[in-house]
This record gives sequence, C-alpha cells and structure tokens, in this order.
Amino acid sequence: MIRAAPGVVIALMALPVAAGLAGAVLPAFGFFPALGGTTVSLAPWRELLAWPGLGAAVRLSLVTGVGATVLSLAITLLIVAAWQGTRSFRAITSALAPLLSLPHAAAAFGLAFLIAPSGWVARALSPWATGWDRPPDLLIVHDTAGLALIAGLVMKEVPFLLLMTLAALGQTDSTRRMLVARSLGYGRVIGWAKAVLPAVYGQIRLPVFAVLAYSMSVVDVALILGPTRPPTLAVQVLDWMTAPDLSLRFTASAGAVLQLLLVLGALGAWVLAERLIATRGIAWAAGGGRGQQLDTPLRLCVSLPIALIGLGVGIGLAGLALWSIAGLWRFPDLMPQSYGLRVWADQSTQLWRLGITTMLLAGLSALIALALSVAALQAGTSRLLGVIYVPLLVPQIAFLPGLSALGLWLGLDGTFGAVLAVHLVFVLPYLALSLSDPWHAWDHRAGLVAATLGAGPWRVLLAVRLPMLLRALCIAFAVGFATSVAQYLPSLLIGAGRIGTVTTEAVALAASGNRRLIGVWALVQMVLPMAVFALALALPALVARRRQGMSVT
Amino acid sequence: MSLHLDSLRIGLDGRDMVALDLTVNAGEVLTIMGPSGCGKSTLLTALVGALGSPFTMTGRIVLDGRDVTGLPTDKRRMGLLFQDDVLFPHLSVAGNLGFGLPPRTPDRAARIADALAAAELDGMGSRDPATLSGGQRARVALMRMLLSAPRALLLDEPFSRLDADLRAQIRDFTFRQARALPTVLVTHDLEDARAAQGRILSVTGQVLN
Repeated sequence: MIRAAPGVVIALMALPVAAGLAGAVLPAFGFFPALGGTTVSLAPWRELLAWPGLGAAVRLSLVTGVGATVLSLAITLLIVAAWQGTRSFRAITSALAPLLSLPHAAAAFGLAFLIAPSGWVARALSPWATGWDRPPDLLIVHDTAGLALIAGLVMKEVPFLLLMTLAALGQTDSTRRMLVARSLGYGRVIGWAKAVLPAVYGQIRLPVFAVLAYSMSVVDVALILGPTRPPTLAVQVLDWMTAPDLSLRFTASAGAVLQLLLVLGALGAWVLAERLIATRGIAWAAGGGRGQQLDTPLRLCVSLPIALIGLGVGIGLAGLALWSIAGLWRFPDLMPQSYGLRVWADQSTQLWRLGITTMLLAGLSALIALALSVAALQAGTSRLLGVIYVPLLVPQIAFLPGLSALGLWLGLDGTFGAVLAVHLVFVLPYLALSLSDPWHAWDHRAGLVAATLGAGPWRVLLAVRLPMLLRALCIAFAVGFATSVAQYLPSLLIGAGRIGTVTTEAVALAASGNRRLIGVWALVQMVLPMAVFALALALPALVARRRQGMSVT
Repeated sequence: MSLHLDSLRIGLDGRDMVALDLTVNAGEVLTIMGPSGCGKSTLLTALVGALGSPFTMTGRIVLDGRDVTGLPTDKRRMGLLFQDDVLFPHLSVAGNLGFGLPPRTPDRAARIADALAAAELDGMGSRDPATLSGGQRARVALMRMLLSAPRALLLDEPFSRLDADLRAQIRDFTFRQARALPTVLVTHDLEDARAAQGRILSVTGQVLN
C-alpha cells in the first residue's frame, strides 16, 4: 500500500491534467464528436482570431500576470533582505498563516469594497477632500489597465512567496552568509542580494513559476477585480465555455490552448530574463559595492507595500463583515446608519447547504491528500517533486474545460466524487509541499532508536514519527482544506452547476453588485479556512501542552 | 551471550573502511577508537542494520549464536545509545520507558517503576522529558534501552555531551547496568576508553593503547 502511494499520487495529479489538455487540444482543432465536430480543422482558431477583443485580452493577461509576479517577487525579496533576523521580520512572518489561508476571492472582494468609488477610501476622503457627496463615476475596480487585478494578486502572492522564501532560507545557510557579508562591510539589503539571494532564488524558482502561471490565467480574482470589456483571456474562455451556444466550445478550446501557450511563452521569457540578470548580477556582486547607505531608504520603501497589504486585507475583510450586517449605509458616511441580520437570515438555508458541501469537499480532499502524502513521503520518493508542480504550472483554464468535457462524456460531471477528485489535483500538491519540509527535517535517529527498541516500521510511523510531526500534519491539513475551499473553476466546471460551494456562489455574485449579499458569502468563504487554521494551530498546542520538546517541531 | 563479528568488512567506493573479525563476550566492553570520519559510527549503523548506500558490507554479524546479518533493525535486539539521548518528545518519561518494554510484559507498571528507581528518578514517570537535566535524560535513555531486553549494547559516544563530573557518574552507571551484555563503545575520548577496561581497537582491528 505504502509502496504504491507515490504512483497513485503522481497519477492523481498528472492524469487529470493530461486528459484535460487532450480534451482542450482536440476541440481546438475542431474534433469534438459529441458536438458534431468529426473532422480536424482550423475553424476554431479562425473564430478565435476573429474576436475583436483578442489582442487586448492577450495583452491584459500578459501585463497583469507578469506585472503581479514581478511586483510580488520584488516586494517579497525586499522584505526578507531588509528585515531578516529582526523583530519586525518575526512579526511579519507570524501574520503569514492567516493570510495564506485566506481565499483569493475573499481577499479580492475585500479590496474591491475598499477601493470602489463608494468604498471606504472614497468615504474617508469625502466630501471634505474630494467634494463628492455621491459615489463618483470612476472605473477603479474593473479598470481597463488591470491595476486593481494586479493589486489583488500581489496581496495574496506576497504571503505565498514569503513563506516559500522562509523555507528556502533554512536550507541555504543564510545566517552565516549574511554574517560574512555584514562583517565585510556590506549593507543589509545589498549584502543579502549579493550573498544570499543567488542561493535562495534557486530554491523558490518553481513557486515563482507557479505564481506567474497562476497570475496570468486566474479567473475568480479577474472576475471580481479585472477589466470587463474585454476581460482577460482566461475569463473570456470561461465565458465561451459556459455560453448557451455550444458551438462556442470550439472557440473556448482554442482560447484555452492559446492560454497555455501564453503561459509557456511567458515562462520561457522569464527563464531567459533570469539568465540575463544572473550574468549581470555576478559582475555586480563581484564589483564590491557595499551599499550601506541604501538600507534606510529601501526599508522605508518596502514598508509601504507591507502596510498596504496588511491594511488592504485587514480593513477589506472588516468591510466585508460590516456590509454583511449593514442596513442603510449612505454615501459618504463612514459607518452604516443601521444594522441587521436580515441578509444572513435570508441566506441561511443556502449558506448551510453550500457550506456543508464546501466543508465536506475540503475536509475529505484534505484527509485523502494527507494520507496519500504521508504514504508517498514514507515510501521515500524523489520523483514526486517533479510532478508536484504540474497542476500548479498548467493553467486551470487550459485543462479544466477539457476535463469537464471528458466528465460529461463519461457521465461523471456534476457528481460529488468527480468534484472531489478534481479538488484533489490541487489540494495534493499544496498539502505535500507543506508537509515535505518538516517530514524530512524529522530527526531520523528517533526512528532508528525506536527500531532498536523493537518497533517495526508501522509502529515507528504511527507511534513515533506521526505524533512527533503532529503540528506539521495539522498545518498541512489546514493548507489542504484552505486550498479546496478557495477552488472556483474546478467546482464550477466539473460541478456543472449541480455541485455548488460557497466560493462558486460568492464569485457568481460579483457581477450583481449587491454588497450585503457579497459580504455574507465572502465572509463565510473566508471564515471556513481560517477557523480550520486556528484549530490546526490550537490542537497540537493543546495535545502537547505538557511537552516542551514538541513546541520546536 | 556474545557478539561475534565474522570477517565484517564495510566498504566505501571499493575501499574497506571497517575490517573486524572478533568476538565480544558478555560483560566485556570493546572500545573502537579513531578520528571522526574513520567509520566508527558507520560500524554501529551496520551492526543495528541501518546501513544505507553508498556503503557496502560483507561478512556476518552473529548474536548469541544466531546470524542476524539479514534481519531488520527491529528484529535484531541490539540496544543503541547516541550522543544525544533521543528521548521521544511526545511521550512522558514513563511513556518513553514503556515504549522500550515489549508489549504483553507482565507487571509493566512495576517494571517501569523499578527502572525509574534504578535511574534515581523515583516518582518522575509523568514528567515531560524536556524538563529533566542532561544526566537524568541520559539515564532514562539507558533504562529505556535496557527495558527492551537487548542482547548487545552499542554506545555511540554517549558521554561526550555531558559535563566532566556528570560524565564519570553516567559512565559508571552505564557500565554497571550493562555488565551482563556484550558492549561496543565507540569514542574518540581516551578517558572513556580506559574507563571501559576492555580491549581498545581501531576500526580495522589494530590494537591501540
């Protein structure tokens, strides 16, 4: 059973992606017998090229995706370079877990509520500074340049990259490298960039690629914050996919393939840029510039985005909560005139129904993924790491339409099992990534000692290793749970409208503009993973409260 | 009881690191000395059956007349003590001792209480191992190992982390508790080697003094 686990894990992640891609490529060239496409043709591509918005949509995907990735990476690296080893750094990193468990959609709604013409920022400045006594007719949220979309992505990707960088720091001897650089007279930031960054970047490369692929092809955040006429390519593909006119499925497939090519092209360009920067960087590092006087300005420079992210998320979520219980709330009042639970009461039946489906999907997929990850790690495989990033690098919008077509053909679409299986494709990699470092960091001598005391492999696993890794297991479960709750496209496309979650419901409300309704659903979407995260931190602390030696692992 | 190493060779890259052919009798402490990296700890890893790549091993390990060379670690009944105590942090002191005691042993509680008494830790069974002193932890680790009824005792520099005064005390305690077992001590400390009062060899079997 243990020996089969790595194969099962790899198959569970790679097969749906491969099948989904095949299911996109064939219709993209006109082959889709169920819809009458029995011959190979270039007609879908001609349709795609005939869409007048194509150039703008492609440009938007590239600009917002690359922009969000460059910004997130720059902010992350500056935070670590400017603050590593300080008390502020520990304060920032302790805020990571709740930020990570926050679904993209909830964070995006929070930001939208904050910066919208009738949002808190405008209210706080009106009418005394702006002269507005009614919300201005400005396109701030769905701005045509995609700036709001970039901001929404950066807000969520910085915590993710920061976590990955923290893990990499531990494996790169960063403290001693910094000590050497500092003792040679280097400033903190420049010293870090020249002595630590080259080692760290090698470790966070794949996560950066994942951020780039995700940002270029994200759908839910783009629906909430992104431009609408035209939208990003990914959103347009979804539009075609869900259109009543089934012949548009061919165009959608061509668009999905184009999205994949765009992401691959961007990844290729990124790798070329890496080489260029590395060559220049080596010469720069050998040049000996100390940059001591840069520390203070750079620190100031990076505290602005930290503050913006913190405030954006914090106040944004407070805004969601407030709107969900707001009665009358006139512009430009800072607070509502009255409060009430009417919307909560109206929605309670739906909330319970979809909330339970969401929790079942998340709990089951996280449990299955946890068991599979433990088994795969126990089997000690190195092949896993190569495949684990496949579902994170191939855009969801590129392979999920094909997979849903396959599900339709097999009669599996819209079933709980099918949605659960697709959630697993994304829950598995994040959960395994979260578990693998603590798993490998475990002191193997504990296992050897247990074996010399007569404990067989199963007893070593169940009575020594798993209890010692309890905290890491709980956190990995919470990561998996949060990943599942945050899924939008998989639930939407594979659920075929019959399996709804709080996330599909919340994102579906984006276009409605009903603040109170969105507030209720986005809040629930946010609270579910956060509650599980809080439990995941509290449970091991409770179980091991009388064991000091457990607090370090 | 005896531990017999029959033409034991441990190789790395085609070169023999360890070459031993000898018998350790019950009550005898064989000391293996040498600089770090010479293969002392590798020898112990091989004796407990946890030798992995890139090492190769030939020869036989015979414990009480039984060839254990092919047995997995948990079936060998070789007790091992590390430099650190490696107590399980999630179990209490008594839990750690109970882990060593084979299941279905009659009078488990009494056996654990006896072991606590022998380690001068009476009544401390419910304590968190993290709250014990270094010497107390070392004694718990030794008692845990002895409760598993090993047929041989392997010591991997078990005293090197202890303070000078504690060191002699724990060393005497260990050798006294282990007097009925064949014991292999690996160390680079001459004082430990002399206190063991047995043969002192290098990993290739040369007699050292």
